[in-house]
Amino acid sequence: MANGPVWVFAEVVDGRVAPGALELLTKARSLGAADVEAVCLGPGAREAVGELGRHGASTVYISIDAGFVELLMGGPGADTLAPLIATRKPELILFPGTHDGRDLAGRLAAKLDLPVIANGLDIETGAAITVTSTIFGVTQVVRTEFGERRPALALFRPKAFTASALPAGPAPRTVEVPAVIDERHRRARVVDRSTPVATGPALEEATVVVSGGRGLQEPANFELLHEVAGLLHGAVGASRAAVDAGWVPYSMQVGQTGKTVKPTVYIACGISGAMQHTVGMRGAQAIVAINRDPEAPIFKLADLGIVGDALTVLRQLRDELRSRSG
Amino acid sequence: MNVVVCVKLVPDPNTPGQLDPETHRLRRDLADAVLDPGDEFGVEAGLQLAEAHGGEVRVVSMGPERAVDAVRKALAMGATKGVLVCDDSLRGADALTTAKVLAAAIRREPYDLVITATESTDGYSGIVPQALAELLGVPAVTFASEMSSDGSLLTATRQTERGSETVVTGLPCVVAVTAGVNEPRYPTLRGIMGVKSKPLERLTPTDLGLAASVPTPTGQTVVSVTMAGQRQAGEVVRDDGDGAHRIVELLARLRVI
Repeated sequence: MANGPVWVFAEVVDGRVAPGALELLTKARSLGAADVEAVCLGPGAREAVGELGRHGASTVYISIDAGFVELLMGGPGADTLAPLIATRKPELILFPGTHDGRDLAGRLAAKLDLPVIANGLDIETGAAITVTSTIFGVTQVVRTEFGERRPALALFRPKAFTASALPAGPAPRTVEVPAVIDERHRRARVVDRSTPVATGPALEEATVVVSGGRGLQEPANFELLHEVAGLLHGAVGASRAAVDAGWVPYSMQVGQTGKTVKPTVYIACGISGAMQHTVGMRGAQAIVAINRDPEAPIFKLADLGIVGDALTVLRQLRDELRSRSG
Repeated sequence: MNVVVCVKLVPDPNTPGQLDPETHRLRRDLADAVLDPGDEFGVEAGLQLAEAHGGEVRVVSMGPERAVDAVRKALAMGATKGVLVCDDSLRGADALTTAKVLAAAIRREPYDLVITATESTDGYSGIVPQALAELLGVPAVTFASEMSSDGSLLTATRQTERGSETVVTGLPCVVAVTAGVNEPRYPTLRGIMGVKSKPLERLTPTDLGLAASVPTPTGQTVVSVTMAGQRQAGEVVRDDGDGAHRIVELLARLRVI
């Protein structure tokens, strides 16, 4: 690894540092870089400095302009970071593969003509920087080496690494960076935000996830999933098919374009097991699948597969769990 | 409103693709290829806006010669004309190279709106729309699950990790739509018959003035492709009334209950 620092793009969500930043900082510490630094944009960046430092950032670049949340952050983010990249010359920038992470990395790649690799699961540095990713629904592993151009940009899947804090140390240096917000980026404004009210554990953190797909036949049947998940102190997820059909909100979607979950048990109900979905749940310790179709691909990765009617099995499961807890 | 829709030919998602272990590129010979199902939503969205406000839908694609089938499908759905950028030098092109080619092809004519899918079904890097917007110098609304326009402003619902946000933007802009944003139409017989009479251009990077800049030099190289360790399939049983009990036993073994 050459002399430049490794950067991590850190997001703040609801006043909390997003888990992806802490996972990536933890990994960045092991890459042999002279410095690990974080970049955090938007109101709340200053409050994030301490936690970013505890996870390995020696310097945190912050820019607290409200434009990063009132506008789409990709354009202003890239314009703000470009001059900083030119002076600090990072070797590598790690991004969480979130919606804003993708927007920023894609913009920076085009703006500075930089190589970018997405969907990373691991990274090694040595003579070259090599990113491991998977394609075709995690059936094949691809290793891609960056050429000589720097910084290299790499986006990672959620939970690719496990976050761990360092023992207490000195607070990181905070460097305030002026926001660069071009008029053309002011043409697109975020005029409203809505967050569905959630009860129970967050989908990404739950130890049990009960997920439903189109095999549940109608949206009202998701209520049964909520009952079972409630009895198991778990969360309810969904396949993209169920979300696309408008049955449940996107925040419940598990898969490539949704959330990545690694619960102790994942119970897939009426989900066929398309790659789009399995990418987001195959890291579960145990997978249970209930589906009418014995040929459904989900059975190829299930530890326990039940060929049958998901609603019937779920009602019996609810009743049995109730009688155990009763 | 003149709309450009970017489309891609991909291996049929129902028959998983494979990379050639020698060349590290997609083995296109093995897979049936189709217009990316994710792109059908973009074509439909473009057609609806052009129908409501006047104007035409132009389809732009980069890919091998057979990607012309993807462009033709979009033309059969109702797009006015198509462009395919095709060249040996673009084989295995990375996301940035793809964005450069698409941007150059889009710029050849005036446009109000560029629509893409959120990500392709085969490569799914999910960064081409943003790179494209940067190269075109316009906003990019990604993960759009709804959109509408009055002809001068565009309003979109953007999915976020926690919920959604409403974005209002001036035109021109890039919008990356999610699957489910609409119900894509099937090509009619008349639409299919009409494809032959629609303009379909084939271009190379040289035609676009890009010979020197694509593929992006010193970018990235695939060094190996291996099969992933697969999860072992466990036990699959027919539900004879004890399916739920089997699940409870498993949950107890895992100490979840």
